[in-house]
Amino acid sequence: MALRDNRFANINSLYNKQVLICGDTGCRSSKSDEMEEEIREALKEANAEEKIDVVRVGCFGLCEAGPIAVVYPGGKFYAYLKEGDGRRIVKEDLLGDKTIDELIYPESLSDDIVKSIYDVSFYTKQKKIAHKNCGVINPDSIEEYIALDGYLGLHKALNEMSPQEVIDEIKESGLRGRGGGGFPTGLKWQFTKDAEGSPKYVLCNADEGDPGAFMDRSILEGDPYSVIEAMTIAGYAINANYGFIYIRAEYPSAVEKLESSIKKAKELGLLGNNIMGTDFSFDLELRLGAGAFVCGEEMALIESIEGKRGIPRNKPPFPANEGLWGKPTLINNVETYANIAQIIYKGSDWFSSIGTEKSHGTKVFTLGGNIKRTGIIEVPMGTTLRDIIYEIGGGIIGDKEFKAVQTGGPSGGCITKDYLDTPIDYDNLTALGSMMGSGGMIVMDDSTCMVDIARFFLEFTVDESCGKCTPCREGTKRMLEILEKIVAGKGTLEDIDTLENLGNMIKISSLCGLGQSAPNPVLSTLRYFRDEYEAHVVDKKCPAGHCKALLEYYIDDTCIGCRKCARNCPVNCISGKPKEVHVIDTEACIKCGNCMEVCPTNSVHLR
Amino acid sequence: MDFITLTIDGKKVTVPKGLNLVEAAKRAGIEIPTFCYDKDLPVVSSCRICVVEIEGFNKPVTACSTPAQEGMVVYTESEQVVNIRKTILRLMLDNHPSDCLTCSKNGSCKLQDYAYRYDVQFRIHDGARRGSEIAGFTDTSSPYILRDESKCILCGKCVRTCAVVPDRNILNFGGRGFDTKVVADSDTSLEASNCVSCNRCVVACPVGALVDRRTYRAGRVWELETKQVKCKSCDYGCNMEVQKKDGKVVAVNALHPENGRPLCLKGRLLTELEYVEEPAKPFKKVYGENKNEFIESSWGEVLELDGVLDKLIKLDE
Amino acid sequence: MSFTFDYEANADRLEEFESFIDKEKTKKGSLMAILHKGQKLFGYLPIEIQEIISKKTKIPIAEIYGVVTFYSQFSLVPKGKHEIGVCLGTACYVRGAQDVLDEVKDQLGIDVGGTTSDLNFSIQATRCIGACGLAPVMTISGDVYGKLKTEDIKEILDSYRNEEVKK
Repeated sequence: MALRDNRFANINSLYNKQVLICGDTGCRSSKSDEMEEEIREALKEANAEEKIDVVRVGCFGLCEAGPIAVVYPGGKFYAYLKEGDGRRIVKEDLLGDKTIDELIYPESLSDDIVKSIYDVSFYTKQKKIAHKNCGVINPDSIEEYIALDGYLGLHKALNEMSPQEVIDEIKESGLRGRGGGGFPTGLKWQFTKDAEGSPKYVLCNADEGDPGAFMDRSILEGDPYSVIEAMTIAGYAINANYGFIYIRAEYPSAVEKLESSIKKAKELGLLGNNIMGTDFSFDLELRLGAGAFVCGEEMALIESIEGKRGIPRNKPPFPANEGLWGKPTLINNVETYANIAQIIYKGSDWFSSIGTEKSHGTKVFTLGGNIKRTGIIEVPMGTTLRDIIYEIGGGIIGDKEFKAVQTGGPSGGCITKDYLDTPIDYDNLTALGSMMGSGGMIVMDDSTCMVDIARFFLEFTVDESCGKCTPCREGTKRMLEILEKIVAGKGTLEDIDTLENLGNMIKISSLCGLGQSAPNPVLSTLRYFRDEYEAHVVDKKCPAGHCKALLEYYIDDTCIGCRKCARNCPVNCISGKPKEVHVIDTEACIKCGNCMEVCPTNSVHLR
Repeated sequence: MDFITLTIDGKKVTVPKGLNLVEAAKRAGIEIPTFCYDKDLPVVSSCRICVVEIEGFNKPVTACSTPAQEGMVVYTESEQVVNIRKTILRLMLDNHPSDCLTCSKNGSCKLQDYAYRYDVQFRIHDGARRGSEIAGFTDTSSPYILRDESKCILCGKCVRTCAVVPDRNILNFGGRGFDTKVVADSDTSLEASNCVSCNRCVVACPVGALVDRRTYRAGRVWELETKQVKCKSCDYGCNMEVQKKDGKVVAVNALHPENGRPLCLKGRLLTELEYVEEPAKPFKKVYGENKNEFIESSWGEVLELDGVLDKLIKLDE
Repeated sequence: MSFTFDYEANADRLEEFESFIDKEKTKKGSLMAILHKGQKLFGYLPIEIQEIISKKTKIPIAEIYGVVTFYSQFSLVPKGKHEIGVCLGTACYVRGAQDVLDEVKDQLGIDVGGTTSDLNFSIQATRCIGACGLAPVMTISGDVYGKLKTEDIKEILDSYRNEEVKK
């Protein structure tokens, strides 16, 4: 462990200051690459490259405020940076020792004190385990990973623990699968260890595909070694010498990071033969997906690694007994692995002291939708939705009315404001008809139509159904057709019943998790927003004002009677005398919107 | 052999260990409906029609994939099971043309049988359909096999039975989701593909999606008198069925291939020549560099007897 | 629309591809990697390329075709020079991504998964690209456009069209 204490000592002695720039895909979309370039150039021009350390780190979480630059000492939080701001930071702050108030994240600036980034309300209720190194270390540097307790878990496992003791530690920690199902991780390891057959394989499911969830990507981009270390520990525990990380090809920079990290770990003897001088050997390989959501299902993932169509196999047998190439196989997802090394190093007592009685530790969520602060958060299990949405997320955009939060993506459901104070854990979410899922959290305000959201998710599952089993292949398609009918204003009350019955049947008869959970978004919106469905089919109205086919154009009494709308109406359905308020014949109206566009006084509206 | 005892629909039955519930139920005289299951093919549990309830299980399971176990209590026709089956049949019929009157599978179609058994009817709907909008053969390129994609229920038996014989592997699933379909090679016609017309797929098809063209319209199932014969083409001796109508042999059908027996075109044609009174002209497949073709041919050529035939006649004289 | 595969123009790539297959084919489950390579080299995986893979790896053509058509990133038609990806992740959808996608389709006159006849543009509806803070988002040839409104689309597309004219 001579590698430890290397880099941070370095910084403190050599550099005066440090600036951290987020290099995660989210921030790079808002041009953090250019920002880094600008800062580096400015430093070069000022001949100050030796004095200031520029570090490309992983995700800070608050993607909405990107690009972000954090200046140490002090942890000054510069946000929403634009071209030219980088130069200013170099000139005025890094070299001039002056804080640039107008570039600081507004909340960091109170009573003339500049609060550190981690003291703003977005972070104070969070607790980072899986994401502890994201936004802190340079993910390309294994030395930095090691300096922050990296590889201590593996070291302890290999030198002080038997494989069974490793598994017992994981079991006692109470860690449950973070990919969705919430199966106890230690048990899974035990089953694979006990299974007959060899070789055995360790797989990492990095095929994160829920629309609106990207926490696994940010771990892979911001802290790749945490996953590599954990898979090595798993290999030791179940007696496997080879592993695969199955990652979706849609994450090119995560693929790149993993490839270079695996290489680096091999160079340092942390992968390969005789790891850390012991007689344990373990190696890893990447396998790329190619755009099929169902490959996040463990059996489909295995098929895909084998080079086949990603079609789930019937279970049992489970992968622990018959997995990759028919051999015993352990599969965990990225976030689950990101907890492992710390549990081994710090002990199960530490881990199980966090969270609720039945769900230990933390969970990473991605916040999206109509919420002020979008991004990635990590909170202890048991945190309430209210805390997440209002304290961490800052509330609803435009301070509109909160309507529902969708958790668990296409497999999950909606939770309404009556349940905002529910402490989040696996069991509570399932009881509410939703699920933890991989951790996507989409916040919706009253302009979101719940029928249309259900339709959106069904469209997703229909698109991503593998087509193997009848209920999922045929049933979800029919459910989608009914939902399309309803949002087009052609639905009937019987359609709602059909939807419900069909959904319940698909749930109990589909082959894999995708089909078994596909109806959830519909069933859960039916449970909490049945009135909205009924409004669509009975009154032919969309209460949220979203479904175009159900909206009507009307002219309010600010109309000056200029006749412009009537002249531009292609079906002549607008009547009225000059200088008097005009009226639209909604029966004849084809909803082209011309009238609204040409009205000089904005008197035409949709309702 | 080890035996176990379980209860199916109230009946106690003792079966060899390792048997799945479809086979176990059969021994108790109970027929669990199946589409994708075939005792000689890998189990895929994709059609889901064989779901049953088992005491102590939290949800229904597929009988084809569940081994019978000592003391198991199984219900094959519970209310929930029947509801699931009705739903699955409804979903299949929603994607199926309503042309049973003229379908050559009429009378020996599993979909028809189960629809009758569970009282599920065709309905009118304007939802999407796979294959052609109305019934009609979507591939008539082969003189031996007709395909109608609109009738395919995607059970995949044809794909699996094609893969049993190494070197064939002509059929597979293409696309995904609702648009999944069975394709030959790279979605070519059967003629252009490397299909050898062995008809294993036709035998396996539980509905009218794959039809033996040489028996097509030979007669309705109930008009035909059948007799099982063995093919004499080679030592395998595959089972064939001779079909008689009004006292005249009109067609020969391949039967379910037994384990290890391949079925082949040559054998079928030889049997046809032997039994059918007025057999139609045979066709030979010519494999070209860029394209494969069927060409009308002579019996001597298709049975690979050209050259020896004359000699045979001469020697016998 | 059908596109014919040009062996001559692709001669160098074919050579590279074939030696890649020779290197990979002994690895278990390497078909996906081979297809990725082909997709990257040729921009699509026409039957001609699938036949080459089949001959070299001895994997039946039907199996290769089945895999190619299963995964949305493999394509039987060439992708356009500018690949447009409109994110339909939930966060983007809630903020109006469908309208953006419809506008792109209207502007180009092709559907999702299609390629314009001049091979200039192709459209994909992508899943979450993790830029939810900027929703709705679209990418063109790797450039990210965030906080989009339908009225911005024409100008953005034109900037890629004009790029061609300038050359």
